[in-house]
Amino acid sequence: MMIEQLLDQEQESIVDVEKLSVTFGSQEVLQDITLRIPPGQTLALLGESGCGKTVLMKSIIGLVKPTKGKIEFDGGDINRLNERQLSRMRLRFGFIFQNAALFDSMTIGQNVAFPLRQHGRFSDNQIREMVLSRLSEVGLPDSVVFKKPAELSGGMRKRVGLARALIMNPELIMYDEPTTGLDPIMSDVINELILRTRSRNPVTSIVVTHDMHTARKVADRIVMLIPRQRLDPGENQIIFDGSVKELENCRDRRVQQFVNGEAGERLMEMRSNGHDQ
Amino acid sequence: MYPWGAPLYRRARRLCTDFMSTVAPNNSNHRVSARITGWFTEWVSDWGELVISSCIALGDFCLFVFSTFRWMLSRIPKGETLWPNFYQVGVSSLPVVALTGTFIGVVLALQSSSQLGHYGLTNQLGGVINLTLVRELGPVLAATMLAGRVGSAMAAELGTMRVTEQIDALSAMGADPIHYLVVPRFLACLLFIPTLTIMADFMGVAGGYFYCNIWLNIDQHYYWTNSAKFVNNFDLFTGILKSLFFGSAISLISCYQGFNCKPGAEGVGKAATSSFVFAFIVILILDLSLGLSLKAVYESWYPGGTY
Repeated sequence: MMIEQLLDQEQESIVDVEKLSVTFGSQEVLQDITLRIPPGQTLALLGESGCGKTVLMKSIIGLVKPTKGKIEFDGGDINRLNERQLSRMRLRFGFIFQNAALFDSMTIGQNVAFPLRQHGRFSDNQIREMVLSRLSEVGLPDSVVFKKPAELSGGMRKRVGLARALIMNPELIMYDEPTTGLDPIMSDVINELILRTRSRNPVTSIVVTHDMHTARKVADRIVMLIPRQRLDPGENQIIFDGSVKELENCRDRRVQQFVNGEAGERLMEMRSNGHDQ
Repeated sequence: MYPWGAPLYRRARRLCTDFMSTVAPNNSNHRVSARITGWFTEWVSDWGELVISSCIALGDFCLFVFSTFRWMLSRIPKGETLWPNFYQVGVSSLPVVALTGTFIGVVLALQSSSQLGHYGLTNQLGGVINLTLVRELGPVLAATMLAGRVGSAMAAELGTMRVTEQIDALSAMGADPIHYLVVPRFLACLLFIPTLTIMADFMGVAGGYFYCNIWLNIDQHYYWTNSAKFVNNFDLFTGILKSLFFGSAISLISCYQGFNCKPGAEGVGKAATSSFVFAFIVILILDLSLGLSLKAVYESWYPGGTY
């Protein structure tokens, strides 16, 4: 009985990160990160700039190769897949980049249709209908289809990025700072879209953010990372893992500093470490 | 830069200290000795790091080239990625290559006419100008113009795509960036550089002829007869074969520089500059080595013939 329960627990996670370390040159960004995400969960990944949140998310999708450790998605080891298998696996992911990363040379319609044209065997009419429907879901009019990304505002570009990521109905959606650089109303529009996407499909989501309002509104679970330079000896880089309520009650000075947006002694620390984040 | 840089430095420093203590064990002026040791160690370790980082970059470039060839042979890119690149390389570069070819033909005629005039050999001008153009200047100048006009643009475009995460976005959507971005650019350069070279040759030959015929009043019969005597099919083949190598090198170097662009406007600028510099150096090295190899081939095919 115990073994069956354990096996059930093992199967529960859709993303399984085990002792992940990532080093760029001589700089170790992530060290021994272990994280399990069950299907359908929305996880907010918090932490200071430069603590490795985006690197962790890019490692999960296979864009950054880990130096050590293992990453599994739905039971398959991401780093053991060859290029073709990885390409196929990535159809199950949706990634919304910080600055949307829309292709400048293409129109909005071509951008949103890109994953369909790349992989799906859809007719032009089907593609057109799907693109328009996704754009209207994120609150964009049909008229944007022929515009270039440079003609749109930051909020519109983010929503186009969301539409593009959602068009293949992914099982795991990753948002890289979805509300950064947006006005408060547009930030909340993006939050609402994240919630609406989850209510429509049982997707798993990872949201990398600095915005506590976003984290409180959309997340089921919050994980906070800390830059390696601020770690005490032998301490894990994940300094908080729990619900929003637990985050508010957390006693850790560094967690409270982040939640309340207080600099505290951080400037002095950065000066003494010569570490400019 | 690399994790083994520091251990390498420490090891080199220890070796130098040991060496100095062996060479001058009773040196009373220890501070001078330590300063020389430190300077020498830094010099050795800097060179060591440069060699190691160059080897890594070369290995990385070889893997990039291998991956490009593998994708090119396994799946043909879609027309929508090929046509814009074909247009950029084959059509948009044509006027500048033609203009360069014309001026080089005229300048070559101008310079060689005064030299050959001293010996009364102006009738031989056609052979000298056209042989130089077809064998060397046509392919090298077409390649240089392509590296400057198209190569830097490729590096800057791909560099901007790298910086703005568009290359990551391609990967995230399951499209391979090498197949989608590099293979069409490589094919465009490979297929169209021979046509650009022929254009440069033709315009250079025309420019040289008009200068000699109209300005210097050299009899066109002697001009073309001597040209035909000096220039043969092997020379034309040599120029076009070289251009294929140049085109491949330009596209691969430029795309590699763009893919490995450092963040920011400065990174993109550096990628564009270094793509041209590296491509130009490689063009010159390839020109020399292919020139030597083709000379050997010619001499083995036509024993007794002069290349």
